[in-house]
Amino acid sequence: MNLRALAAIFAGVLCIAAAADPADRLPDPTQEARARAIFADVRCLVCQNESIDDSEAELAGDLRRIVREQVKAGRSDAQIKGFLTDRYGEFVLMTPAFSWMNLILWGGPFVVVVSGAGLLISRLRSRPGDTEFSPEEAERVRGLSETDAS
Amino acid sequence: MIAEVGSFALVLGLAFAIAQVGLSAFARVRRSIPLAAAGEGAALASFAGVAIAFGCLIYAFVTSDFSVANVAANSHTEKPMLYKVAGAWGSHEGSILLWCFILTGYGAAAATLGRGLPQGLKALMVAVQGALGTVFLAYTVFASNPLLRLATPPVEGRSLNPLLQDPALAIHPPFLYSGYVGMSVVFSLAVAALIEGRVDAAWARWVRPWALAAWSFLTVGITLGAFWAYYELGWGGWWFWDPVENASFMPWLMATALLHSAIVTEKRGALAGWSLFLALGAFTFSMLGAFLVRSGVLTSVHAFAVDPKRGVLLLIILALTSGSAFTLFAWRAPKLSPGGMFAPVSRESALVLNNILLAAATATVLLGTLYPLIRQALSGEAISVGPPYFNLTFAPLMAALAILLPAGPLLAWKRGDARGVAQRLWVAALVALGCGLLTLALISPRKALGALGVTIGAWLVMGAGVELIERTRALRVPVSDSWRRLVGLPRGAWGMTLAHLGLGVFVLGACVELGWKGEAAEALPLGGSLNVAGYHLVLETVGPVEGPNFESERARIQVTKDGQPICVGEPDRRFYPAGGQTVSGISLCYRGASHLYIVLGERRKTTAGTPVWLIRAYWNPWASLIFLGPVIMALGGLTSLSDRRLRLGVARRRKEQPA
Repeated sequence: MNLRALAAIFAGVLCIAAAADPADRLPDPTQEARARAIFADVRCLVCQNESIDDSEAELAGDLRRIVREQVKAGRSDAQIKGFLTDRYGEFVLMTPAFSWMNLILWGGPFVVVVSGAGLLISRLRSRPGDTEFSPEEAERVRGLSETDAS
Repeated sequence: MIAEVGSFALVLGLAFAIAQVGLSAFARVRRSIPLAAAGEGAALASFAGVAIAFGCLIYAFVTSDFSVANVAANSHTEKPMLYKVAGAWGSHEGSILLWCFILTGYGAAAATLGRGLPQGLKALMVAVQGALGTVFLAYTVFASNPLLRLATPPVEGRSLNPLLQDPALAIHPPFLYSGYVGMSVVFSLAVAALIEGRVDAAWARWVRPWALAAWSFLTVGITLGAFWAYYELGWGGWWFWDPVENASFMPWLMATALLHSAIVTEKRGALAGWSLFLALGAFTFSMLGAFLVRSGVLTSVHAFAVDPKRGVLLLIILALTSGSAFTLFAWRAPKLSPGGMFAPVSRESALVLNNILLAAATATVLLGTLYPLIRQALSGEAISVGPPYFNLTFAPLMAALAILLPAGPLLAWKRGDARGVAQRLWVAALVALGCGLLTLALISPRKALGALGVTIGAWLVMGAGVELIERTRALRVPVSDSWRRLVGLPRGAWGMTLAHLGLGVFVLGACVELGWKGEAAEALPLGGSLNVAGYHLVLETVGPVEGPNFESERARIQVTKDGQPICVGEPDRRFYPAGGQTVSGISLCYRGASHLYIVLGERRKTTAGTPVWLIRAYWNPWASLIFLGPVIMALGGLTSLSDRRLRLGVARRRKEQPA
């Protein structure tokens, strides 16, 4: 066990549990709900992959206070998130931006679906003419080899 | 002395693994049966060696032999016995030894059970399995031996991380690794088939039981991990799209795809190349998972036992084994026969769609896990890929899969009857839609996504029912007739229905829990109360409790609903002096399938000086289904595994009835 592993464990332990501390709560429940929704999308920068909604770390508490203050001041979600990214970079948001830099990230699954569908369609259209056997013959041969194998 | 015996046995295990490769490969070249038998013997001997080494490590943990470095770092004399044993796989070194133990175990099992296989294929499979054993054992012996001694043994050990001292997590690694490493047999069979140049229905039939066993173990392993996170981390979450979770989820998705594509290869001889690809991919993702979890390249809430330096070695192992296997695949796979034809509406097409969606889902998880690293390398900027990304990409893919799923088993091979399927499913579809609309209209008009989830879950459960009705021809033939059909159903069919039902149960649980969970938190003095989801919680007492290796403060919370007492919650907050950590022990109050989840937080002082405790309570509706669903799925896997048609070695000797 080395120091880094220990540090990771301590960070993990410190970051346990949630944001809903009654002492910090906003008086207006709709504003509080909005703040909580934003918390879930903001990363606790010193934790091991946790949002500030889940984290008990000091920095997460500071970020929650900033977000609550701005919600109270009537700023929009986009404005608050913009403020955070200006200060801490894209890393602070749990949702990656829809930007050209993230094209592979957002487009990758789509490409897999489209190319899979393309392959399936080409497979469905391929004529049996390019094999030596007609489908019936191939079926018989396979039937024979299967009985042979089992 | 015992540790030295273990080290010696470990080296012997490595030597036998090397012999296993040489003997079996040579047996294939010479087509020699005695040599092949010697190779299989070496596989057994290698397993015996590693088993002895593993036994020695467990012995060192049980007896708290702190002269062994690994024991000193991960155990403590006051730890309960279960966690002493579990400590053997709680560290990097120990977990890799567990990996080797299971790997050589599967190798020995494949050598003994695979009697129905052709000589050449089997010898190659044993050789490849031996090569995998050699690589991982060499890594263990030279870079990560858990049995090394300390020059000056400490009086007391440093103990296992208290978060890991939990029954579910104690047995989580053996299950998870049995799943990961089970894919190695599938991998070896695929490489052997590529070398032989023959992939046919018989190959797919040999692969299936191993894939099924590994998949079932992996399902249980992941569920145990999720359940542990649910009640141990203390905020009621069970899946965080965390890299460590993703690492175990990717091989699961690949194995699920393989189980489905192997059916097409077995029954219709088609998709042979794709099945091979998945067979190689499943174990590749298992190794990638081990690398990601153990190397610490990605930050995670639950990365334990991390070591970056040795991560590089694991990466080299991954590149070597998977790289060579996929090179072989690229060379040999184009020569494989394409297999039988099928129409756009057919069981084959449905299974191909299943595979496309599962492959895309795997791509999503892979990209979401690794893209931050790629982006950092490309532009130097750090980004986060969190749950919102997966909700936007993975969830729609799975929803599409779930909507298509009930139709698949009802379609015929080669050319299906879309209209017939629609006729059989319309009642199920109506009921599912009804459930969704009722939820939307009566319970919460603003939770459209939750209602959609309920619709899909109900659709899956109904679909599994329709599958069973179709197979037994219930409602169309006399009851006694249906009963006879029901009893006579092959276990494989039961397995499939159970697995699909389990998915439906899981979807229902997950969507209801996510959509309708309630939360409340207050700083309560003694006698204070808070309300969540109609339940009234009163903090009655808080007192100290001595644990075996921790000190704790335990609260007693009376829960009532409409004045009726429901249960008493006793959450605690534990302090482990050995490592200086504090962990909260939550209390679960079961209400049917729903949970009332109570956490005791820190003690504070009010301005007046009276002590208050931060109490958080969550209402998690239908949360039990989240964990029950995967258990049903794994049971389905095991039921299917027990099908006589799949048992290795049996198929060849008994004359089988045509399916």
